[in-house]
Amino acid sequence: MQGELIKRACELLEDGTVNRVLGWQKGQFVYDITPAVFTSVEDVKEHFVYNDFCADNLSKYLIKESEKEGKVLVFLKPCDTYSFNQLQTEYKIKRENVYIIGIESYGKVDVEKLRQRGIEGITDIENVNGTLKVSTIYGEEQVPAYEVMLNRCLTCKSKKHVVYDELVGEDGEVVADSGRFDMVEKLEKMTAEERFNFWRGELSRCIRCNACRNVCPACTCEKCVFDNPNSGTQNRGARDSFEENMFHIIRAYHVAGRCTDCGECSRVCPENIPLHLLNRKFIRDINEFYGEFQAGEEVGQMSPVAAYTEHNDVEPSIVQKGGAE
Amino acid sequence: MQRIGVFVCWCGTNIAATVDVKAVAEAAKSVPGVVFSADYQYMCSEAGQTLIKDSIKEYNLTNVVVCSCSPRMHEATFRKAVASVGMNPYMLEVANIREQCSWVHKDKEIGTPKAIALMKAAVAKATLNTPLTAGNTPVTKRALVIGGGIAGMQTALDIAEAGYEVDIVEKKPTIGGKMAQLDKTFPTLDCSSCIVTPKMVDVGQNERIHIYSYSEVTAVKGFVGQFTATIKRKARYVDEDKCTGCGLCTEKCPMKKVPDEWNMGLGTRSAVYIPFAQAIPKIATIDPNYCMKLNTGKCGICSKVCGVGAINYDAKDEYIDVEYGAIVAATGYEMINLEKYDEYAYAQSPDVVTSLEYERLMSAAGPTGGHLVRPSDGKQPKTIVFVQCVGSRESADSCRGGKEYCSKVCCMYTAKHAILTKDHYPDTDIYVFYIDVRTPGKLFDEFYRRAVEQYNVHYIKGAVGKVTPNKETGKLEVQGSDLILNEQLHIDADMVVLAGALQASETARPLATMLTAPMDTNDFFTEAHAKLRPVESATAGIFLSGFCQGPKDIPETVGQAGAAAAKVIGLLAKDHLVGNPCVSKPNELMCNGCSQCATVCPYGAITYVEKEFRMPDRTTKVRRVASVNPAVCQGCGACTVTCPSGAMDLQGFSNTEIMAEVDALCQ
Amino acid sequence: MSVNENKPYEPKIIAFCCNWCSYGGADLAGTNRLSYPANVKIVRVPCSCRVNPQFILRAFQRGADGVIVCGCHPGDCHYSTGNFHTRRRMALLFSMLNFLGVESARTRVEWVSAAEGARFKSVMDSFVADITKLGPNRRLEDIRCKEN
Repeated sequence: MQGELIKRACELLEDGTVNRVLGWQKGQFVYDITPAVFTSVEDVKEHFVYNDFCADNLSKYLIKESEKEGKVLVFLKPCDTYSFNQLQTEYKIKRENVYIIGIESYGKVDVEKLRQRGIEGITDIENVNGTLKVSTIYGEEQVPAYEVMLNRCLTCKSKKHVVYDELVGEDGEVVADSGRFDMVEKLEKMTAEERFNFWRGELSRCIRCNACRNVCPACTCEKCVFDNPNSGTQNRGARDSFEENMFHIIRAYHVAGRCTDCGECSRVCPENIPLHLLNRKFIRDINEFYGEFQAGEEVGQMSPVAAYTEHNDVEPSIVQKGGAE
Repeated sequence: MQRIGVFVCWCGTNIAATVDVKAVAEAAKSVPGVVFSADYQYMCSEAGQTLIKDSIKEYNLTNVVVCSCSPRMHEATFRKAVASVGMNPYMLEVANIREQCSWVHKDKEIGTPKAIALMKAAVAKATLNTPLTAGNTPVTKRALVIGGGIAGMQTALDIAEAGYEVDIVEKKPTIGGKMAQLDKTFPTLDCSSCIVTPKMVDVGQNERIHIYSYSEVTAVKGFVGQFTATIKRKARYVDEDKCTGCGLCTEKCPMKKVPDEWNMGLGTRSAVYIPFAQAIPKIATIDPNYCMKLNTGKCGICSKVCGVGAINYDAKDEYIDVEYGAIVAATGYEMINLEKYDEYAYAQSPDVVTSLEYERLMSAAGPTGGHLVRPSDGKQPKTIVFVQCVGSRESADSCRGGKEYCSKVCCMYTAKHAILTKDHYPDTDIYVFYIDVRTPGKLFDEFYRRAVEQYNVHYIKGAVGKVTPNKETGKLEVQGSDLILNEQLHIDADMVVLAGALQASETARPLATMLTAPMDTNDFFTEAHAKLRPVESATAGIFLSGFCQGPKDIPETVGQAGAAAAKVIGLLAKDHLVGNPCVSKPNELMCNGCSQCATVCPYGAITYVEKEFRMPDRTTKVRRVASVNPAVCQGCGACTVTCPSGAMDLQGFSNTEIMAEVDALCQ
Repeated sequence: MSVNENKPYEPKIIAFCCNWCSYGGADLAGTNRLSYPANVKIVRVPCSCRVNPQFILRAFQRGADGVIVCGCHPGDCHYSTGNFHTRRRMALLFSMLNFLGVESARTRVEWVSAAEGARFKSVMDSFVADITKLGPNRRLEDIRCKEN
């Protein structure tokens, strides 16, 4: 698919539809992918990559890019398009400055899972009908893509693009039985103490690198409340268990009703903390208490956390069920 | 650095009995920022306020913390005091050590440490106080009175008298309300219509009063000084400007079998009708439920007979928006539905009537021309039983629509009914079953004594257990108990009159929601202060007149109506209102324009503007940021919580102030 | 905080009360001399919708053992819609806290009108009893903020 994308990018640059391209480029290694802006055909041809490691959600980069002169071309996977809409709802992206090519995606690869299989020294990767051909310095390995997919892709909520100007590949459908709440439900069935121990085990690893916040398409504050010395809740270090909890509770609360469940937070966490479970808990509660809601499905949606109904909203006193006692 | 003064009030012994006030004042001395502390018997008194004022000057205080009663009680008093010596009034905090400490903790061992904690929290908040200045909003010099009964009319007349424009919105086709339906009034027995109809004429003729009859308020926007009310003018099918009130259409209308609400359904009227002869405005109205032309398309007689061509069958409901500076609720009362009180057979026998129906039967303008006769057979009743407190003073879990409160006027009007009946028909036997006879009021008890002593009305302390209509004799068999003689009574009555509980109008609750005015569980509007502000709602610019605030008789209603008018006049006399400075304020540098705050604002106070900012690298950038209209914002703070970055903050209750309080209280 | 053998455990409780209803209810409890435990310390806010989740976490951080948010009954909000927002926000937040293992009884929302002094008392009595039973807040504490 990389060839096709490069071809369209070059065409759009050449006919003046866009003056730059937001895509991915290789870092030091093939699995070490970085989002990048390309401003010329040569640049695209030389550095642009698209492979099974290109997991980054590019929507957030459009906040800055769409403010600039001229149109920018962006490639969005189905999950990324939800973030795009949500950002537009919040007046963060100038739609008229963006040209979207929706690209089909059936899941991206978790390099850690390859390593766990003993596949190291990767030099190239190719997906042939669901089978990964991984070239390494030791030779070629073949792996079913499904077995080394990112966790978030295993519980994908939608293969449908909710916004695009053109498509490369096929548009999919919303996945009805994604099973994305299974883990949340499992936790809810535990006792409060078990849940406490589970989360202590996870959150105590937090090093407050802020990767989750920086990558999150919903974290778009001019200045984060945790970075603001005047907010009274400045908290930069996660110096004890409370601060670890505080940061992640408040971050999840701040994006509740706006989080599209893109899963970037957990993907980038260097400590592999399943942060998306916090967001999914909010999503699940919202769905259950106030009706099904998918942030980013449409532009201009009202967040269920800002909305209310006079007579039908569940009472907090009855709710109190993060799970069993 | 703050220089805070702490002033601890004894409130006589109210605080000092269970809180060691000296210890609180002493503890204050060691709180960072506090440079002076004192205690005094009554801090709200002239001398107490002087102590505060003098200390501000002497010790150069920047903030004042008063440890006293609830801020809901005296915050305004102390703010005024500190402002009089040049301190910004919002540099004052009140620690509630009376209602929330000394009065609920009986022991000094408990009360004193809690009072100290509350004092420290107030100091912590005061330390972060910033001077706030209130904005000004202009006042629309027109008042809206909702309800055209005696309360609404009196309020409107008094406001108009002071030179301001008033609109009355009345849901019925005429003003006059319940008082116009009454026969005579207690304790003077003067004729009700004779005193209320001239008042109606005054209202109708007053050039500053505009009556929107047959109309309802359907929406209210805005805030004190600048309300906009949407008034629904229900289709009357009669042109108000053309109709002369001649009544020809009502005579010729072939549909004459409509229950007459003016006579409590005891008589009938035509489908096109004028409620009664003295109606104001005297304009016909077509009842769309009964008009044959509107329902079947056939008839049209009224249109043919109308000499001025006022009939318009195609009329539609109209909505108009009018601006007001103040709104008065005068929605009045209605009797509860008595159908669930099976034991009194109200639904079974036409001779069991409510007291309001009895009023109509006694009235010279009523369905019987003032002849008291039984609705069933038109015969004059010889024995009448009056039952008091039907649905009043019931337990809270009444499932029959009963009320816990005393309806207040029933004892007196029943005495009136008894006296009037005996005056006209001296040979009538009258029994009154009562729980208590309540007659506080000028000449009230004398009036009741007259019923008992001069008129020989049988007052029986007790209850009626059952009323059984006897089909053969036509009598109502009343079983009751006399609690004083401790015996069962059986009375064969010709009529039974039920003093049903009076409740707030069913229109009151939706109106309160529109006005965002608080109500109690009985759907009476809550006054801003039970003792000191009885005619104002807690919602600024909303005033209360008459029964909608609680049960009251006519003179009380008129008194309150005048008081509400005086408050309205006081408001309208101002050109500008000084607003509440405790409103939301966005930090534009931090706002990212996401617009979540605007979605939760109930007042529409938040808009967005594109603003140019200088960036650290000396470039400029245009950003979308929130802007709050301080005149519209009421300071609830809903927006502050939707704002993830904390760019939106509430002045006077800022994030840091509240957290400082929390910190201090958790120590 | 250590549970002293001589002194019974006294939980710290922060009650956020809206100015128009619940704070009035607390005042009325006082006016009617309806005693409730002194553990309850009230923070006055204009409306229950002013209560930021950060304030609640802050209270727990600084040593509170229970936090209760009180507002007007739904439909009676002085600002018409404030408590509707509170209702959703707190339902979600408290569910989340419980999801993280914080005991659900440690947080509560109650609607108390200015006319319900007796209700204010009974709510506080029962909340204090619940928290006393639960014991000190250990799961959302900040050890740095505790007295040794």
